[in-house]
Amino acid sequence: MKSSVITFPGSNCDRDMDVALTKFGFKNKMVWHNDQELPKSDLIVLPGGFSYGDYLRCGSMASKSKIMNSVINFAKSGGLVMGICNGFQILVEAGLVPGVLLRNKYLQFICKNVHVKVDNKENTFFKNLDKKVLEFHIAHNEGNYFCTNDQLKEIEDNNQIAIYYCDQNGNTNDQINPNGSIKNIAGIFNKEKNVLGMMPHPERMIDESLSGEDGSIFFKNLLNNIK
Amino acid sequence: MKVSAVITLKKDVLDPQGKVIHETLDGMGFNSVNEVRQGKYFEIDVKENDPKKAKDLVEDMCKKLLANLVIENYKIIETQ
Repeated sequence: MKSSVITFPGSNCDRDMDVALTKFGFKNKMVWHNDQELPKSDLIVLPGGFSYGDYLRCGSMASKSKIMNSVINFAKSGGLVMGICNGFQILVEAGLVPGVLLRNKYLQFICKNVHVKVDNKENTFFKNLDKKVLEFHIAHNEGNYFCTNDQLKEIEDNNQIAIYYCDQNGNTNDQINPNGSIKNIAGIFNKEKNVLGMMPHPERMIDESLSGEDGSIFFKNLLNNIK
Repeated sequence: MKVSAVITLKKDVLDPQGKVIHETLDGMGFNSVNEVRQGKYFEIDVKENDPKKAKDLVEDMCKKLLANLVIENYKIIETQ
């Protein structure tokens, strides 16, 4: 299975993502944001980081870069695209997933492990996953998911909420909401479920002795689903 | 020709920075403030001498890049 990770100026999780994808069997290529064309890929990843120094709005500049035309076409034709953290912010700015990510409610950069509940497994990203609650890492300043009431209704009607912030038992409530996201939303799909944007970093959870193993579970499962 | 645009958060969008500024003003003794909303201001010098065309051009920029219309409104405030 082939994957591509796009590097924007200011991306800093691109190599971590490369390590993770390669570890679990993807043949990964790094793609520069100024390239026009994508290599043949089964999965495109927009990594975390601070593309363009978060100028104007996080992800806004990167969403207009040359390679994004190809990424948008790839997504529109049904290709799998995953945006993590800043990659999620780029996806919303590119209009590939609905909503927007605002500054965290209490104006603090948050860097910690969180639990997320996987709600919808009828998609390539989470199908056959045998855990309902995963422990991932978050590190962001703008992760407060927001959308209009009309958009929220549409998102809920189409089962587009991918993951929710929750406690270790899978309970979602305001106390464990780290950043003020509407409905504790940590990740969201497009309507067709081939594009996933999420704030947590699965690529930081791939070494049992250093972190947790839930990232490993996620990537192994993803690879099997794509095969 | 210079065109200015102001980007503001929509009414229903939480503005934590505005809130903190409000509280700080309050602490400084400016007690007559109802609300503070923080926005962005752009001065754009465009290669265009027709005010209508210049305004339209900046409006297009606001829609496509300068503002995110999910959460922000834009207003073109002056041309000179």
